[in-house]
Amino acid sequence: MLKIENLKVSYGGIEAVKGISFSVEQGQIVTLIGANGAGKSTTLRTVVGLVKAASGSIVYEGEELTGLPTDQIVRRGITLVPEGRRVFPDLTVLENLKIGAYTRKDDLSQDIEWVYSLFPRLKERHWQPAGTLSGGEQQMLAVGRALMSRPKLLMMDEPSLGLAPLIVQDIFSIIREINRQGVTILLIEQNANMALRIAEVGHVLETGRITLSGSGAELLSNDAVRAAYLGKSK
Amino acid sequence: MFTFTLPELLQQLANGLTIGCLYALVAIGYTMVYGILRLINFAHCDIFMMSMYFCYYFITVFSLPWPVALVLVVAATALLGVVIEKAAYRPLREAPRISLLISAIGVSYLLENLATVLFSGVPRSFPAVGNMQEMVEIGEVRVARLAIYAPIMMVVLLVALLYLINKTKTGMAMRAASKDFETARLMGINVNKTISVTFLVGSALAAVGAVIWGQKYPQIQPYVGVMPGLKCFIAAVIGGIGNIKGAVVGALMLGVLEILLVWRFSALSGYKDAFAFIILIAILIFKPTGLFGETFVDKV
Ligand SMILES: Nc1ncnc2c1ncn2[C@@H]1O[C@H](COP(=O)(O)OP(=O)(O)OP(=O)(O)O)[C@@H](O)[C@H]1O
Ligand SMILES: [Mg+2]
Repeated sequence: MLKIENLKVSYGGIEAVKGISFSVEQGQIVTLIGANGAGKSTTLRTVVGLVKAASGSIVYEGEELTGLPTDQIVRRGITLVPEGRRVFPDLTVLENLKIGAYTRKDDLSQDIEWVYSLFPRLKERHWQPAGTLSGGEQQMLAVGRALMSRPKLLMMDEPSLGLAPLIVQDIFSIIREINRQGVTILLIEQNANMALRIAEVGHVLETGRITLSGSGAELLSNDAVRAAYLGKSK
Repeated sequence: MFTFTLPELLQQLANGLTIGCLYALVAIGYTMVYGILRLINFAHCDIFMMSMYFCYYFITVFSLPWPVALVLVVAATALLGVVIEKAAYRPLREAPRISLLISAIGVSYLLENLATVLFSGVPRSFPAVGNMQEMVEIGEVRVARLAIYAPIMMVVLLVALLYLINKTKTGMAMRAASKDFETARLMGINVNKTISVTFLVGSALAAVGAVIWGQKYPQIQPYVGVMPGLKCFIAAVIGGIGNIKGAVVGALMLGVLEILLVWRFSALSGYKDAFAFIILIAILIFKPTGLFGETFVDKV
């Protein structure tokens, strides 16, 4: 579905992503883990066109994405839940959901109900300006907003950041649920343990390079990964 | 100082309201552009000036019937606004805001000098449009028709604008882009297009303002936009720049206060323009966010 090949991205001369290759198959949950500054966010932002690739290719359903503007990429069925929520603070919860469906022209009521069923909290607060929601509620809204575009590929940049452990559980089970409903997922997580548990495939990113790839279970039991990202001694 | 008749007062208020409505039509353009680009569009007053010349050419020189001319003036002005944004502001989208500001000042000088070259500095007289300059009597109050048309025009356009911003998809895109370009793009919004629409609408409103302005002060020269432009900018700041309703309230206040000042303190009438700046300074000192600053609604 998505095939990234030898992707390089730099910010003003500094290479943040130094030639990575991986692919995401239809229906999978794929996760990227890695330390701060490894280039995870940069990779996703490049896929969706917010950052320009220096070289390499990103092919989605047979079509090259590099060079396309973000709004065109989003129209092809890819969406990104950005790092740090980024809900529109002065739009209401409902308006935020509606703007998530900006590219669509059909009836939204079913999708809104679907998002409300995933996040009942949002339904209670649908009239509230999003800026007045708690951090966790904003994160739910950011995910719900992304779902409103009916993405085929949903990319999430640290959706569990700053959430209480119980809510983190919820978010992960919702990610699974969304995936069961046919949405392919590319996930970045600091919470490597949780991410690898739900992911079919994981890639470890270190300073702009993929150093290790494998199934979620393999990586979970890999000694180096356990030491570096799961906080377990060898 | 306090001896005057009611009709006199009403007449002055009508006068002030007319000016206020004109200020409002132009102030909305400042506030909308600021809302989305965080840019004080110094060229806006020169777009206003160009609009007056367009009107002069279409009516006086080409002798088009005024309704046709009006449509063309609004269209040409809107196009000018969009082209300016494309040529002078879009290439600086990722540049620091100060570069954008300097570009705006550059465009302003460019238009003023271009107008001087194209139309010469000789003042032209602005054509009468319809019967707007005709005097009518309502009871004992004698006003030009435009004192009736201007508020109607302003209210109709304001309602249409608020509808556009709050109820349509384009408006939703404008509100989203005014907060966060990147996230707006992630929603599939074409931010450049949305900004173009903002300039189109702001310039079109300025064109309407310019035509009515010309009925009240029927003289054009290349710097004709400067003073009204500054006043409208002040009006936008009074209301809280970025806020459309604020800009309208600020404009009406400024228009009415100015006229009352000139009327009651005629010795001070020479300071009319200075008065606007005094209000600006006072606002910046005591309430820098303006009367309606920091509220959520209608920030574009
Ligand atoms: N806009 C930018 N300008 C310059 N450098 C940047 C920019 N964005 C990111 N970088 C640099 O690129 C590198 C990779 O950043 P990125 O945000 O992709 O990391 P990350 O893996 O998502 O980290 P984290 O886990 O902390 O979110 C970092 O060294 C960062 O400083
Ligand atoms: Mg990151």
